[in-house]
Amino acid sequence: MSEQQTIAVAMSGGVDSSTAAAMLAREGASIVGLTLQLWDQTRLAGKHGIPDAPKAGRCCSLDDVYDARRVARQLGIPYYVVNQEARFEQDVVRPFVSEYLAGRTPIPCSLCNNHLKFDQLLQTARSIGAERIATGHYAINEYDPQRGRWILKRPADLAKDQTYFLFGLTQEQLAHTLFPLGRLTKPEVREEARRQGLALAEKPDSQEICFIPGGDYKQFLTAYLEEQGETMPETAGELVAADGAVLGRHEGISNFTVGQRKGLGVSSPTPLYVLQIDPASHRVTVGADAELATTTLRANQVNWISIAGLKSPMRVKVKIRHRHEPAWATLEPGPLPDEALATFDEPQRAVTPGQSAVFYDGDEVVGGGWIV
Amino acid sequence: MLPETRGTNRVYMDANATTPLLAEVVEAMRPYWMETFGNASSIHLDGQRARTAVDQAREILAEFFHCHEAEVVFNSGGTEGDNTAIFGMVRPGDHLITTSIEHSAVLQAARRVGGVGGVDVTYVDPEPSGLIDPEAIRAALRPQTRLISVMLANNETGVLQPVEEIGRIAAEAGAFFHIDAVQAAGKIPLDVRRIGCHLLSISAHKMHGPKGVGALFVRRGTPLESLLVGGSHERRRRAGTENVPGIVGLGKAAELAMKSLEDGVWDRVAALRDRLETGLLRLYGTGLNGAGSDGKPVTRAANTTNLWFDQVEGEALVIALDLKGVAVSGGSACHSGATEPSHVLLAMGLDKTRARASLRFSLLKTTSDADVDRVLQVVPEAVSQLRTLSPIAAGTLG
Repeated sequence: MSEQQTIAVAMSGGVDSSTAAAMLAREGASIVGLTLQLWDQTRLAGKHGIPDAPKAGRCCSLDDVYDARRVARQLGIPYYVVNQEARFEQDVVRPFVSEYLAGRTPIPCSLCNNHLKFDQLLQTARSIGAERIATGHYAINEYDPQRGRWILKRPADLAKDQTYFLFGLTQEQLAHTLFPLGRLTKPEVREEARRQGLALAEKPDSQEICFIPGGDYKQFLTAYLEEQGETMPETAGELVAADGAVLGRHEGISNFTVGQRKGLGVSSPTPLYVLQIDPASHRVTVGADAELATTTLRANQVNWISIAGLKSPMRVKVKIRHRHEPAWATLEPGPLPDEALATFDEPQRAVTPGQSAVFYDGDEVVGGGWIV
Repeated sequence: MLPETRGTNRVYMDANATTPLLAEVVEAMRPYWMETFGNASSIHLDGQRARTAVDQAREILAEFFHCHEAEVVFNSGGTEGDNTAIFGMVRPGDHLITTSIEHSAVLQAARRVGGVGGVDVTYVDPEPSGLIDPEAIRAALRPQTRLISVMLANNETGVLQPVEEIGRIAAEAGAFFHIDAVQAAGKIPLDVRRIGCHLLSISAHKMHGPKGVGALFVRRGTPLESLLVGGSHERRRRAGTENVPGIVGLGKAAELAMKSLEDGVWDRVAALRDRLETGLLRLYGTGLNGAGSDGKPVTRAANTTNLWFDQVEGEALVIALDLKGVAVSGGSACHSGATEPSHVLLAMGLDKTRARASLRFSLLKTTSDADVDRVLQVVPEAVSQLRTLSPIAAGTLG
């Protein structure tokens, strides 16, 4: 049989993935649309101030499944919703919750991309006879025969760059993934959506964490733990200055994130920021903005993309959170095999444990890991 | 535009989800859209013609149920029948007995009356075979037991429940008895007198009739409160202008179903089902869900089999088979259309992994030998493909 290779497109019901599907369909590819059902938006609705009705544009809301289905019908492609709620809870929601309770500030999107989305999508795609997957992420993915590696690069539209969330992709995953939007800007994508007659061309982008409608993670933590019959661990403790002087008390470390200014509950003539959270002693250290700056970071669980591994120091730019402008640093192998140490040329503000650090060489993603 | 895979050369083995209309049913309904369009409640001749059509269908349904015409209430289908039986019969302080393998239309209604409705509800679990033990129903009886609701043929396994025995238990206890016969109707003869039930629900589209229409048998003297109020349709038991084409279609479907209960069609379907089952059970790591798998023989609807495939995600298998042109079902669809493990299989004691690895094949009266051959070819291929990729097999999933 000379069957054309089938591509499974992850469709969220948003403009980006819909347009990606439409572009592949127009190229004549044999495609199947898949939506991963990750979280039941009605599950915690109305509890502890979580909105009753999920807004449109929330991942996994019924409206989005409806939109994705409608696009699939318009493109004339088979479309299925795949239930991954159990794995999402196990691999993303649970780690998210325990990270917060441990005083770190996790990024669920990277957890999801690293541990579930690509892995599961590829797995499902292969089960149903598709060779490759495609998503609506803004990133470029290409094979470099000289290095013999798949390279992940920043997209044409740097404002929409999603490589920060994709640092965990393995060579195997990159080899079987297409990012059709990588060379387009967002306005061009909307234009393409309009040209293809997609009704959702004007649909707003989603911004929040998909399983936290309203974006209030404290509400979510409380409601989720209550549903699980667990109690919020007691993590109240001291609020101290950098020199150890006790300034007051706080009600729990999960209320804080490094760099936070609001809601500290102490008055001071100069603005105070969270410098450090110690999950063992529950001590939260605060100080002046200048004290937030650090010059080094250590990342663990590092995944290398453009290189097979780090043997000697390398000049890179490091991005330490989604909206951070990558900063020059020297990268060295860390104390453990899956770790790396970055020393910045200029001190960086609020290096936050739990976030990821992604290393860039020009437009290429060298690799990335989790900030310890 | 629809995908190519949807159009030609498909094998449809999901009859328990729905069935196609038979040509005779379409023909019977045809005049009632444009020509004989009257409202059956109208006094004039146009209305009278519609009334005649509804009455004729009612006569057929009375024969179908073995009841009096006045005991047939037309409605919108199985869910309405099930909901009406529960909401219309129990009041605060009452006790309701049902089972954990009922259709959601019964379970969710029971959950609602049990929640805000002040009704005590007992959910009787099945044996591992999928069979409800009548003695378990008897054991659940209380002086306040007002209603017992048990299905006839289970939609997932096809297992036929011992409704006659349960009917006797209900009669002894003075409780009312409702049967969800949606999956049994047309596949086995129904005799409401012999069963001794007070209420029995059926749906047209499971027996080659149209969607959105069904009937509820209501034994004379049963104090059923109507769910819908408004006009005095259906002897005040179901308000709303009669769905005349739908009712005509249901009547014709019931008439044809009675014929095929006599012409041996179901013996042929049972033989095909058995051949399919035997063929699939030859695969390594495959087993039958319920239906005597625990050693006790049980009777089943002729068209249904439910099998597990070790190391396979049922949801992926359903999609893979669909893309290969075979329509089957695995579990039940949740709110978004994704698959949830079947509550029926879980109630029978399967763990979640096995329930998720299970597929239901439900044959049509028109399923052919060639259809079975095709499925016997395609399923083993798809199963072995999935197994080579299985994270369960590779041990990467807890």
